[in-house]
Amino acid sequence: MTTAVADTHAADHEDHGPTKGIKRWLFSTNHKDIGTMYLIFSLVMFFIGGAMAMVIRSELAVPGLQFVHPEFFNSMTTMHALIMVFGAVMPAFVGLANWMIPLMIGAPDMALPRMNNWSFWILPVAFGILLSTLLMPGGAPAGGWTMYPPLILQTGDAFPFLIFSVHLMGISSIMGSINVIVTIINMRAPDMTLLKMPMFVWTWLITAYLLIAVMPVLAGAVTMLLTDQFFGTSFFLAAGGGDPVMFQHIFWFFGHPEVYIMILPAFGVVSEIIPTFSRKKLFGHDSMVYAASCIAFLSFIVWAHHMFTVGMPLTGQLFFMFATMLIAVPTGVKIFNWVATMWRGAMTFETPMLFSLAFVFLFTIGGFSGLMLAIQPADVQYHDTYFVVAHFHYVLVPGSVFAIMAGAYYWLPKWTGFMYNEKLGKLHFWASTIFVNLTFFPMHFLGLAGMPRRIPDYSTQFTDFNTIASIGAIGFGLSQLLFVLVLLTAKKGARATDRVWEGSHGLEWTVPSPAPWHTFTTPPKARIANESFE
Amino acid sequence: MIRKSFLSLLGLVLASTANAEWALNMPKGVTDLSLETYNLHMMVFWWCVAIGIVVFGVMIISLFRHRKSQGAEPASFSHSTAAEVIWTAIPVVILLIMAVPAAETMVKLEDTRDPDISIVVTAYQWKWHYKYQDQGVEFYSSLARPSLAARRKQAGVDVNSVENYLLEVDNPVVVPKGAKVRLLLTSNDVIHSWWVPELAIKKDAIPGIVNETWFRANETGTYRGQCAELCGKDHGYMPVVVEVVEPDAYQAWVDTRTKGEAKLASASQN
Repeated sequence: MTTAVADTHAADHEDHGPTKGIKRWLFSTNHKDIGTMYLIFSLVMFFIGGAMAMVIRSELAVPGLQFVHPEFFNSMTTMHALIMVFGAVMPAFVGLANWMIPLMIGAPDMALPRMNNWSFWILPVAFGILLSTLLMPGGAPAGGWTMYPPLILQTGDAFPFLIFSVHLMGISSIMGSINVIVTIINMRAPDMTLLKMPMFVWTWLITAYLLIAVMPVLAGAVTMLLTDQFFGTSFFLAAGGGDPVMFQHIFWFFGHPEVYIMILPAFGVVSEIIPTFSRKKLFGHDSMVYAASCIAFLSFIVWAHHMFTVGMPLTGQLFFMFATMLIAVPTGVKIFNWVATMWRGAMTFETPMLFSLAFVFLFTIGGFSGLMLAIQPADVQYHDTYFVVAHFHYVLVPGSVFAIMAGAYYWLPKWTGFMYNEKLGKLHFWASTIFVNLTFFPMHFLGLAGMPRRIPDYSTQFTDFNTIASIGAIGFGLSQLLFVLVLLTAKKGARATDRVWEGSHGLEWTVPSPAPWHTFTTPPKARIANESFE
Repeated sequence: MIRKSFLSLLGLVLASTANAEWALNMPKGVTDLSLETYNLHMMVFWWCVAIGIVVFGVMIISLFRHRKSQGAEPASFSHSTAAEVIWTAIPVVILLIMAVPAAETMVKLEDTRDPDISIVVTAYQWKWHYKYQDQGVEFYSSLARPSLAARRKQAGVDVNSVENYLLEVDNPVVVPKGAKVRLLLTSNDVIHSWWVPELAIKKDAIPGIVNETWFRANETGTYRGQCAELCGKDHGYMPVVVEVVEPDAYQAWVDTRTKGEAKLASASQN
């Protein structure tokens, strides 16, 4: 009798184990496999988008036109942005969400595993279409990732493909966020109340709502572009009674929350890592939740600060300036809380912690320039210059990208079951940090001195800082190869324990390393999550 | 070794700073409002520096003192309502201090009433057209020839030898010192943006819309800017040049322009 039971058990396991070969990935409904695919996809896109950045920085290294024609240069800036935003940063966070949210809340998988498969596999199609435009007559889209009409309507054959790929990215994001919301709301361990959830889960919940709210808005805006181009409508065409500025309002109603979509999960990752390596609980967990919610709400009412030069009425500009400045308050709370978490902790500086510390420093610098940009009269000078380029790269590269890197190093032992090469990780960190500043800090000066963004060639007084930025960019690009090396050698290290880090806390550290294909088939007690600090 | 190479790098940076004039900051400009804008920019900048010193200072102290290798034992506190109220309230006060002067400047920036001269600026891919409303002067303004020749890919011309490379036009805008100049901006094709840093004016030129802005230059001189809104392949090649001259020189300029245009008009009639 006993043997019979054991037999069924073994058979069960075979049924649920991963299938071999391509089918495992193509038809996967497993949150860990899909998470891995998202992360690898995002890394590939990071290098493709990065290669485009190298083209841009090579051309700008010295004045005069050396390598590319202006139209192709514009295609590079446009494609670089679209790929980095929709292909690298967003999928990376979805990948982390897929892997970690079920593990952190004690769920066996995502709530909607088949939709999970679909939302991933749409992405390679979307980006296949987008990248194919590089080979089309008229070239890839060159009107900027913001796709302002009427300029974007001058795109060649690539135009409908651009719109279609943006639609696909939107569908993927919306399905992904539905999945995150349903999982978090319904599948938490029995005694994990909302306010007991880890910060990464919280920030992703808020992010998912933002995505659902704004991706349809983007879809609407680009659909109107499509009908303006092909079906004779005039939503944005002045000649037919339309308004080109309306597109900007609709776009930035999506675009500003989009900025927070890319940074809130980063806040979450960092809020997991800093307590672990400070060996101390996250300071003010609840106020961190309120601050993130507050930021999310404010993100809906500040969009027109991207448009201070389009000629809005004074009262409108005043409203958007004041609302924008307000964002500094909850953002400040977050930064102060991270510092308070470190205060009187017992810190060690493993690679994930190093990336998180650099995140706090450098994201704050990006926040400062953000505050400066909020001041409307000053923004008139900063707008569309390299000052803006410096600002958003500071919040996106040492902001979002560093947080993604931190998260990857932090959870890598849990994923692979082995400790990565710490020396290589630290080298990657120091090279990235030095070069990222070398690249983007001089851009502040360029912008203030009067260099507009999105130009392939510049007046000779801008030469010095551009050369420095280009050297930094190429250094930063090469440094990322170290990360690939870390991944390739990931299984050569020592075996990881279940806890992995001395100060780790939370349910994801209660499962074995590597996390087995199925975890939490029976719900755990969430009490375990906070035990390590109590 | 590292220190030595760092020092030599520092020396290199200092030396090149001495050689070339590296513009590090926003220009103060030549209008009252450009100076106000500069002051706002510096005020917010110094606030950021002050906040940065406090936040980064605390963080750096913590990084050195509260490390495990120094034998630090982690404390167990995890919140403090008092601290959180304080660091929510203080930023609100600082923001108010910034917001008031910014709003005052904005009100002035938007006041386009009673201009001395009105110029209609129409943007094209990739040049500007200026029409002085009451003076009967109008002309196109596009990238000057020396820059045009050097801008081509691998042109074989050293761009450093071209004076004001990419920032020179064939026909600059000429305005008198001390006059309130109102610009009425629109576009013939895509969105452009008219920007001269020294005048602290940047305004989009949008098809179907007429935007207004103004400036009053206090000093004579030549002030250069560029189109600031991506407008297609030659976006980087449509500079703006404004020459501020003494009032009588301006009048003389208007006279020659109008005579020239009258001559042209009669020639075309014949």
